[in-house]
Amino acid sequence: MTTPADLVCKDLTKDFDDFRAVDQVSFEVPQGSFFSILGPSGCGKTTLLRMIAGFQFPTSGDLLIKGKSMIDVGPSKRPVSMVFQHLALFPMMNIGKNVGFGLRQRGVPASEIKTRVGRVLERVGLPGIEDRQVDQLSGGQKQRVAIARCMVLEPDVLLLDEPLGALDLKLREHMKIELKSLQAEFNTTFVYITHDQSEALVMSDNIAVMNKGRFDQIGTAKELYYEPANAFVAGFVGDANKFSGKVMGIDGQRVTVTTNGGAELSAQAMHGTPSIGADAQIFVRPEAIALSKTAPTDNPNTIPRIVDSVLFNGANSMVLLREPQSGETLQVTLPQTGDLLGLGKGDTVFADWDPAQARCFATEGT
Amino acid sequence: MTDKSKLGFYLLLMPLMLWLITLIVLPHIGLFMVSISEKIGVREYETGLGNYAVFFNEPLYWRTFARTAFMSIFTTILTLVLGFPVAYYIAKLTRGRTKTTLFLMCLIPFWVSELVRTFGWMILLRETGVLSNFLQYTGVIGGPVEFLYNDGAIMVGLVYTSILFMIVPLVTTLDSLDDSLIEAGYDLGGTGYSIMREIVIPHAMPGIVSGCIVVFMLSLGNYLTPILLGGKDSLWFTGLIYTQFITRFNWELGSAFGFLLLALSSTIVFLGLKLSRQSLTETMGR
Repeated sequence: MTTPADLVCKDLTKDFDDFRAVDQVSFEVPQGSFFSILGPSGCGKTTLLRMIAGFQFPTSGDLLIKGKSMIDVGPSKRPVSMVFQHLALFPMMNIGKNVGFGLRQRGVPASEIKTRVGRVLERVGLPGIEDRQVDQLSGGQKQRVAIARCMVLEPDVLLLDEPLGALDLKLREHMKIELKSLQAEFNTTFVYITHDQSEALVMSDNIAVMNKGRFDQIGTAKELYYEPANAFVAGFVGDANKFSGKVMGIDGQRVTVTTNGGAELSAQAMHGTPSIGADAQIFVRPEAIALSKTAPTDNPNTIPRIVDSVLFNGANSMVLLREPQSGETLQVTLPQTGDLLGLGKGDTVFADWDPAQARCFATEGT
Repeated sequence: MTDKSKLGFYLLLMPLMLWLITLIVLPHIGLFMVSISEKIGVREYETGLGNYAVFFNEPLYWRTFARTAFMSIFTTILTLVLGFPVAYYIAKLTRGRTKTTLFLMCLIPFWVSELVRTFGWMILLRETGVLSNFLQYTGVIGGPVEFLYNDGAIMVGLVYTSILFMIVPLVTTLDSLDDSLIEAGYDLGGTGYSIMREIVIPHAMPGIVSGCIVVFMLSLGNYLTPILLGGKDSLWFTGLIYTQFITRFNWELGSAFGFLLLALSSTIVFLGLKLSRQSLTETMGR
């Protein structure tokens, strides 16, 4: 028999007075993996996390941790710990007391608390800071103390509620890598919720994209990025240019769409081909688009466009192109080689992409 | 600072200084001078500590003094015990309109004067009052019972008149306690008791101490409530001071009593701050 997954949710649903925050969510998180729940604010991800932590109770469905149902277990009795959005370190205690809080509640003898607190602080890379006060630490140090405070209890699952949100950009980039290595160090299951797709993409083994209380797709970062299950995932994960229009022709998986602006574009349909005449959306990644100053021969999707503006950002520079007739804009990653470097406002360029790298979805609700 | 801004600074400081000097410093100097002058004959005075000696030699005086202090401390503790759950409920367990309404309901009794409120209690507690009649009606007691004119009645009145001054600072400090700290406490395996002791109360400590100081001062200096609810024999120290000034025309002794009361309240507040390891700037400066 295989060991049960650390965390299993079965048709978990949470109704509030007038709306359904979490709608029949099911997933499994295997031991030792980093699982992210990614979604826009208000999609129900915080409610879901609070149900796992035990602060809210599901309307229906089941929640199992290490194979045991947690439905009637209070937050203080669950083998999960949570790193709060603003960390919730206790300002009235020093760092040693903060980290030792959970052990004190369990009645662990004082001498053992001292050694275990010292050991966990060493593991997060902050040895010997027990006597400092919370406000004497930097943002990144607080983060690590908050994780140490949970990890000292050796929980089965560690929940993280957007803990990087309050940090500045540079530190956030750094902490992403650090969180991932801490997770590897402790080999504990992490469930991480965020609205920042780059956090989820960089750190996670598996990501669930959540929208309006439902999971739209669960997969690895690569799957979500290259094989989005629906229009929401395609638009939410990574940058994408979006065109809406009507399906004009279908050739196997290849769909040709005439956009509302009148341009004719083709793309690959992923899940179910839309019928001719139906409304559809096409998503193209900015980095999948090739630019050239002379018209390429025989490439589909080639339309001459005018440079609207160049958004210089070093290696991540973008160029905004406008189609003269329809006024539709297109965001393209600016190649850092060749003669495209001198591109300026008002120049005409040809943009084209391989239809296999663009995705077409039938517009939802039609 | 330029000369001009200096002038502005002193002009702005003027009303405060005037208020402090004319209404607080000068009267106290005057009272102190009176308190150390002993009457030895008609319009003949001598400087000395005789008035203070009278206080220590007459057991009635210093016993009343001690009794006032202890009852005020007890009132403060009782007000804290009753006010904390109310404040916690308002600050942490209610939101939005309910919170405002509850807070207002605590405030409403204070729109009428203390005299009227105290008379309200007299109507409830007197021999022919509401409580006595109700207990007779339900058969708990056989005949009318006087609930007024005892220490219990004084305590009830003091707690009632001062509880708002405990609830307001408590609600303010508890409001500033982040809910996620309490949740984190539960998440880490804390019980309601341990979270209260290790997280909520340490956080609310400045509010608790400032509430206690205000309530203690109000009780110690209260005149109306002990006299009305405790009757003629209520033996409250402010009553003694009143008697010396108004009934006995003994301003010298009355002033000495006044200074002793000031010393007492300052000492007890100081000890309270030391015991709770709070500083006056921290508790009152919020």
